[in-house]
Amino acid sequence: MRIHVAGENALMVYFADTVSDATSAQIQHAAQGLAQYLGDMLIDLVPSYASMLVLFDPLKTDHIHVRKLIRRAVSHPQDEQDSQQENIVRLPVYYGSETSPDLAHIAQNAGLSVEQVIEIHQQTLYRVYAIGFAPGFAYLGETDARIATPRLATPRKKVPKGAVAIADRQTAVYPASSPGGWNLIGCCPTPMFDPKGTPAMPVQAGDAVQFYAIDKDEFFALGGTFDAWGEI
Amino acid sequence: MSPSIQILNPGILSLIQDAGRFGQHSVGLTTGGPMDPLAFKWANRLVGNDEHVSALETTIGGLKIKVNSCTQVAVTGAEVSVKVNGQAKAQWQTLNLNANDELELGYATQGCRIYIAFASGFNIEPQFNSTSTVVREGIGGLTGKGLQAGDVLELNRETIEDSRWQLPESARPVYEDTVTLRLIPGYQEHHFSRHQQRMFFYHEYKVSDLCDRMGYRLTGPKVTCDIEGILSEGICLGAVQVPKDGQPIVLMNDRQTIGGYPKIGSVLSLDLAKLAQLTAGGTVKFEPITIDHAHNELALAQYRYRHQALVAVTSEEIK
Repeated sequence: MRIHVAGENALMVYFADTVSDATSAQIQHAAQGLAQYLGDMLIDLVPSYASMLVLFDPLKTDHIHVRKLIRRAVSHPQDEQDSQQENIVRLPVYYGSETSPDLAHIAQNAGLSVEQVIEIHQQTLYRVYAIGFAPGFAYLGETDARIATPRLATPRKKVPKGAVAIADRQTAVYPASSPGGWNLIGCCPTPMFDPKGTPAMPVQAGDAVQFYAIDKDEFFALGGTFDAWGEI
Repeated sequence: MSPSIQILNPGILSLIQDAGRFGQHSVGLTTGGPMDPLAFKWANRLVGNDEHVSALETTIGGLKIKVNSCTQVAVTGAEVSVKVNGQAKAQWQTLNLNANDELELGYATQGCRIYIAFASGFNIEPQFNSTSTVVREGIGGLTGKGLQAGDVLELNRETIEDSRWQLPESARPVYEDTVTLRLIPGYQEHHFSRHQQRMFFYHEYKVSDLCDRMGYRLTGPKVTCDIEGILSEGICLGAVQVPKDGQPIVLMNDRQTIGGYPKIGSVLSLDLAKLAQLTAGGTVKFEPITIDHAHNELALAQYRYRHQALVAVTSEEIK
C-alpha cells in the first residue's frame, strides 16, 4: 500500500496496481474503518478500482495524523462476519433488438453469435469497482475477455437511460440519458439513480452484480420503455 | 403570504448554493457549493446568517429580483453595480429592503462571481444534505437548474432590522486579472520530467473560453507527461489534470468525482477562489508549495476570517 499527498485536504491510497476482487474487498474494509476513525474530520471518501481518495478537514487534522489512521484502518483485522457478507444485486436486462444497437458488432468482433454474447454477459458475477462519471454510474468489471470491445470511435450524443453497455472489460448501466461512447447491448428497467429513493442506488462500491435476461413483456411490466431508443 | 423573493431576471447564470454537498461521492455526486467561499460567507454574515446558509451565486451579472416583504440583503464578490429601485447602493454591506423593492445587478467589472444573501436564508428542501445546485447532475436548488424568471424563493422569515454592517475595505478580497496559484505538487508529478515541471512553473497560462463551474481549461506552453492515462481514481478539488494535448485543466466545484488523466498537483483552495473569479483571457501562474505550508496558510486565513469584525454603518452613510 502506498499513501500520497493529493491536495491540501486529500490523501490518495493505492492498494494495488491492478484490479482484483481482493483489492476491492480491502478498499471497502478500509473505507468502513476510516469513516469510524475519522468521524467529523472526514469530508468524503472516493473508492475506485485500486485506490481510495481520502478527503479530510484540514482545519481539524493534518495529513500526518490521517496517514496513521489509514494504516490502522487497513491493518485492522477484517471481521469474519464482515467478509462473508457479500451483497449480490441481480439486475434485469432486456437484450432485444430494440435496445441493442451494438450487439451484432460485438458478436462479429468476437466471432460469436449474438445469443452467445448475451449468454456470456450474464455468466459473470461483476464487481462494482467505482461509482462516478455521473450520479449513479457504477463501473462493473471485469467482463469476459471474449466480449471485451473498445469504445466507439465517435461517442453517441445521447445514450438512453437504462442502457446496458460494454467498454473494454467494463460494463455498466447508464443511470440517466447522457452522451456516451460505450457499446450498447440492452436496457435495464431498474432505476440506477433515484434522488428520492433511500438508498438512491441499488448498488454500492464493492457489491457484486449479476445480470439476467428478461423478455419484452417483463421489461414493460418492470417500467421499461423504448421511448428514447428510436433516435439511436 | 410567506416572505419571499421573486426572480424577475436571472441574468447570465444564477444558482442557489450553500456550503456544498459532502459525503455523497459514494453515489457519484460532486461537491458543488460557492466558487468563491469567502465572498459567500461574508454575504451571509453581513445579513446576520450562519455562514453556510443558502444564498445566490450569480455569474457575471444581470440578476433582477423583487422582494414581497421587509428583509435585509448583502451583495459581495465580483465588483458590480447594485441598485435598489434604481438607486445605486454599496457592496459588502447590509442593505434594508421593504416590500416590493427591486434589487438589480449590473455586469461585473472585476471578477465574475457575485453572492447575494438574504437575512434568514431561503426555505428550500435540501437534496443529499445540501441545496447546492449542480446543473450537470440536475440536483439541488429549486429544480436542479439555474434560476428562471418567475421563480419564487421563500425566505425563512421576515426581517425588520435597522442595524447595518459593512466589511472594512481593507478586509475585502481584491480581484485581479493575473493570479498566482499556489500548487501542492501531486503524487503523479514523477511522470512529469524536471524540465517539464520547470516549464510549468516558469510560464504564464491563459484562461481559455472553456471555463465553467466544472473546470478551467488553460492554454499555454504544452506540458508533457510520460503516461497518457491512469486507472480511474478519485479527483480532489483544485486538481490540475494534464490530458494528452498538454494543456492543463484545473478542476473546480462541479468536477466529476473520478477520472483517469494524470495530475501534476492541486491548487490551494484560497487561490482557487481567485481563479474562479477570472474569465476567459485571465492570466495565471503556478507556484509550488508544500502541504505543510498549505495547512499553515489555511489556518491563518481561517484565523483572519474569524477575527475580522464588521463595522456598523451609521445612518449618515445611507445618503
